[in-house]
Amino acid sequence: MSNSPIETDVVIIGAGPCGLFAVFELGLLDIRCHLIDILDRPGGQCAELYPEKPIYDIPAYPIISGQELTDALMEQIKPFDPQFHFNQQVDEIEKLDDGRFHLKTDDNQEFICKNVVIAAGGGSFTPKRPPLPGIEEYENGSVHYSVRRMSDFEGKDLLIVGGGDSALDWTLNLTPLANSVTLVHRRDKFRAATDSVNKMLALREEGKINFHLGQMTEIHGENGEMTGVTIKGPEGDTLVNCNRLLPFFGLTMKLGPVANWGLNLHENLIEVDTEKFETSEEGIFAIGDINWYPGKLKLILSGFHEAALMAQKVNAYINPDKKVVFQYTTSSSSLQKKLGVK
Amino acid sequence: MPKITFIEHNGTSHEVEGEAGMTVMEVARKNDIPGIEAECGGACSCATCHVYVDEGWLPKTGASEEMEEDMLDFAFDVRSNSRLSCQIKVTDELDGLIVHTPEKQF
Repeated sequence: MSNSPIETDVVIIGAGPCGLFAVFELGLLDIRCHLIDILDRPGGQCAELYPEKPIYDIPAYPIISGQELTDALMEQIKPFDPQFHFNQQVDEIEKLDDGRFHLKTDDNQEFICKNVVIAAGGGSFTPKRPPLPGIEEYENGSVHYSVRRMSDFEGKDLLIVGGGDSALDWTLNLTPLANSVTLVHRRDKFRAATDSVNKMLALREEGKINFHLGQMTEIHGENGEMTGVTIKGPEGDTLVNCNRLLPFFGLTMKLGPVANWGLNLHENLIEVDTEKFETSEEGIFAIGDINWYPGKLKLILSGFHEAALMAQKVNAYINPDKKVVFQYTTSSSSLQKKLGVK
Repeated sequence: MPKITFIEHNGTSHEVEGEAGMTVMEVARKNDIPGIEAECGGACSCATCHVYVDEGWLPKTGASEEMEEDMLDFAFDVRSNSRLSCQIKVTDELDGLIVHTPEKQF
C-alpha cells in the first residue's frame, strides 16, 4: 500500500492512555492529531496486557480496569475527532527543510506534521521469538510470526505452535490449503475459543491434522530452509518434518525503531526536559512510560501531566502569534464549545 | 524475614530477603535478580517472570491456577515445576524457598 502523505498538525506515536489524553490536551488548543499504533485497537498496554485487570491509582477512580480507562479516554477525546492508523509502526522520522517532520510507517503510510509526540510506552509490541538456537536464520521464509498472505503456506508442511486463538484460528484456516498441518501445544488444554477448539479436535479426529503434545527444542535445516523441528514430549523426542513454522507465544515489548531516530536516550528511554517534555530534537516530544527525566515515575497519571505541559509548547510552535489565555474547562465557554457541551 | 534463593541458569546463586505479602517476582526485581523481566509488572499477563520452583518446595508453594497455567503457554521450556513468580506470594512458611530462573524468558 502506498498513499500520498497525510498532512496534519501533530502525529502521536502510540495510542495508549497517554497518547489518547494528549489528543485531549492538544484538542483544547485546536491542534489536530493523527495516532499510529502497532496494535489493532487503542489502549496500548491497558488493552493488550491488562484489559480486565484493575488499576487503583487513576485520580478519582478508586478502581478502573484497563479497558474501562481506554473506553473512557476514547469518549473524552471524541470531540476532537482523532484519526487512528492501526497495525503499523513508524520506521523513520526525518526533519524537513521547512522545519516540519516526515514520518513513514512499515505499511508505507507517510505523514508530514509540525510536531511529533512519542507516547510509545514500553515500545512496540512484537511477537515473541522462541529462544531456539539459530531460529533467526529461518526467519526469511520458513518461520512466520503472523500470517500476512495465506498463499505463502499453500502446499507447505506447517508446524503451528500454541494453544490460543491465533494458533487455532490459523490451524483451521490453513489446513485446507497446506500439504500437511501439525499442531504442537505443551498441554492437552487450549485457551482458545471453545468453538475453535471443537473444530480443531474434529480435524484431528478426521486425521486432517496431526497433534503433538510437547515443546520445541531444535530446528533442523540448512541454508535458511527449514526441514523439521524436534518436539520434546512426555514420551521423548519426535522429529516433525515441516518447512513452515508458525510459533504463537504472544507479544513482548521492544523499543524498536525509536532507538534509531537519533534522540538522546537514557537506558533505552528517551531523555526529556520536565518543562515541555521535549526530546533532544526540537519539535519532537516524548510522554508517558517511554521518557525519562530525574525522578520519573512510570505512572499513567504522570503521563497525563506530561501531555498537558507538552501541549502548551506544541501550541507555541504551531500558533506562535496566538495569545494563550489559560482557561478551565469548568468555566470557559470557548473550551466548552470545543468539547461540544450544550 | 523469609529468605529466598534464586539460582540462575548458569548456577549463580543469589540469597535475598523477602517480605511476607510481596510476590516472589517483586522480591526478584527489588534485588535486581537477572532473568526475571516481569514486563507487565505483575498482572499475570506476560509470562516473563517464569521460574522453576525447586522440587522440594512444590508442596509449600502450591500449584498454579488456571489463569496462570494459560499464561504459562506463553513461556518457553515449561516444566512440571514451572510457575510465574508474580503469582507466588511470600509467606513466613516459604522461608528458605529456592527457585531457578530459566535460561531465557523469551
